[in-house]
Amino acid sequence: MTFLKPDQTFYPSPRMACKAPAERLGYVATLNTGHSDRPDALSVVDLDPDSPDYGRIVNTLEMPYAGDELHHFGWNACSSALCPYAPHPHLERRYLIVPGLRSSRIYVIDTKPDPRRPAIAKIIEPEEVMKRSGYSRPHTIHCGPDAIYVSALGADNGGGGPGGIFMLDHFNFDVLGPWEIDRGPQQLAYDFWWHITEDTMVTSEWGFPQQFENGLVLEDILAGRYGHNLHFWDMRRRRHLQTINLGDEYQFVFELRPAHEPSKTYGFAGVVLSLKDLSSSIWTWHRENGKWAARKTIEIPAEPADPDQLPPPLKDFKAVPPFVTDIDLSLDDRFLYVSCWGTGELRQYDVSDPMQPRLTGKVSVGGITRRASHPKSEGPLSGGPQMVEISRDGRRVYFTNSLYSTVDDQFYPERMTGWMAKVDVAEEGGMALDPRFFIDFGETRTHQVRLEGGDASTDTFCYPS
Amino acid sequence: MHPLTPSATLPDLMGGWAMMIGFGAYHGLNPGMGWLFALALGLQQKSERAIWRSMLPITTGHAASIVLVAALVLAAGNWLSITHLRYTAATVLLVFAVFKLFNTYRHPRWVGMRVGMKDLFLWSFLMAAAHGAGLMVAPVLLEVGHATAGPAAGFISGVGMLMAILLHTTAMLMVMLVTALVVFRKLGLAILRRRWVNFDMIWAVALLVVGSTALYHAARMAAA
Repeated sequence: MTFLKPDQTFYPSPRMACKAPAERLGYVATLNTGHSDRPDALSVVDLDPDSPDYGRIVNTLEMPYAGDELHHFGWNACSSALCPYAPHPHLERRYLIVPGLRSSRIYVIDTKPDPRRPAIAKIIEPEEVMKRSGYSRPHTIHCGPDAIYVSALGADNGGGGPGGIFMLDHFNFDVLGPWEIDRGPQQLAYDFWWHITEDTMVTSEWGFPQQFENGLVLEDILAGRYGHNLHFWDMRRRRHLQTINLGDEYQFVFELRPAHEPSKTYGFAGVVLSLKDLSSSIWTWHRENGKWAARKTIEIPAEPADPDQLPPPLKDFKAVPPFVTDIDLSLDDRFLYVSCWGTGELRQYDVSDPMQPRLTGKVSVGGITRRASHPKSEGPLSGGPQMVEISRDGRRVYFTNSLYSTVDDQFYPERMTGWMAKVDVAEEGGMALDPRFFIDFGETRTHQVRLEGGDASTDTFCYPS
Repeated sequence: MHPLTPSATLPDLMGGWAMMIGFGAYHGLNPGMGWLFALALGLQQKSERAIWRSMLPITTGHAASIVLVAALVLAAGNWLSITHLRYTAATVLLVFAVFKLFNTYRHPRWVGMRVGMKDLFLWSFLMAAAHGAGLMVAPVLLEVGHATAGPAAGFISGVGMLMAILLHTTAMLMVMLVTALVVFRKLGLAILRRRWVNFDMIWAVALLVVGSTALYHAARMAAA
């Protein structure tokens, strides 16, 4: 608890957060899948360009158990602590809440007193998560105004659903219970976020645990059994309001990025695959006549490829799908970053007009057939840009290459190695790889990145700029 | 033992009124009690009128939670003597203060910014009740009610207490409105980052101080 001022990483509005000092450290979920004896870890990376350790791993905190599959972790508190109806601004952004997607275990990791040496403060065991929340496979963390919200992909037993959202207490991290009072038709879960001033939550759909834990089920994809809906919820009453079916041919509705500016009522959803032509797409949701509506605003086509170069699931299609698996929106709501994990591209779109995105930049690293190298890497690279994180000022974007262990192995069967790279962003758009920044994690794979003090996918702002 | 004559001298009574006004100003200044929500609504709707409009429900919600405490005090007067009432009010306040001291950050769970008049009233009532705004003023309210009791009205005057609550909420309203308007027009949101002291902790300490003082006062009056 602070006394004289709120935690200085909290900002009332997104525009104020854009002026935050540059991050000096990053936290990366690193996975040792396939080495059942070695646990996953949280790696601390030096991001200060003036430091002698710039672009190096300065510390690795191993988890006490193996096989967690650490995923989209987040902070215990963020700018939502300033929200006017239940403010607690003297709480600190201090703990990383790190869920194990495979184990259903949740680690609470303390980044103080030495942010370079985080330590485990609490472990919420899978039994407790399941017993108290009714869910398993925790996936995404968001710090809400009244609690820490966690999305979960499975029900508390077996490999089925429904998946949903549960809450952790802000202060002692106890599991408070499931969030939904009325889930309506929603069964599948993946990502979630909200328009906080509209009292609206948005959720997306992947699949049930049995549909991804041993790799994607190709019959289910072809039969369109994965998620293709967006769900809108009343946050106050915790009730399902509206489903938007993007179309049965769309499979996997992944990341959701609502505009950060609280007076704006639109956002972006990434769709991994269209069964029609293997393209990926970005959809813009918005208000229309008192309801929510969504329209496809970006389509990224598949690239034709020689079947000999393709992994087994793609050979018959003779093409590499872009596989847009993560998107991220800068805090000024101007640039949307889109990772094409299949083709090995990171794209930058100017989304000042959210209905008319404009491609403004592109870099290539990895890719199923392209295998593009990095100026600092030795030889071709496997995997592609996947988890993206943007600095608060929007000038630096970090990305890593692993999606999910068993899915990595399906599309990059030659044992993907982990890496992390960075682009520098020009003020008016356009970006270039930082030739000094490339971290080779070897056989350890890399997933979510969080930046010291906050980033573009952890904060919620209650006050308009 | 209902004393039939007012027991307080005029300066004591003036002190009671002044304290009610002071507490009102203090509650009005607490960001968790209303001005911040009003400001946020003003900013969100890009209209200063939204701030003005939210004042009535926030003030009446706050007042309602204190009226509730006053009603409890009045009801308890049927069974307890003024001495016992003083001790009871002080003790309850102290117990609550200790609880708050160890749970300074606990708030009622409320999510929602699309609020109408009814919601704001309810929100303000909940915030005041949960933070013990009524409890904090209960000892003073009791003294004012006691001091203004006429010969026919028992030893606590409900009207006197209502007057005190009216003064309290008027003071709260003024401070709340001015604070919200000054931040809206002049200071801007940056003030939230720079000048927001830990009101929750100060609040808990204030409860403790008022509770201790009330206990001391109860003992002194009992001895007199």
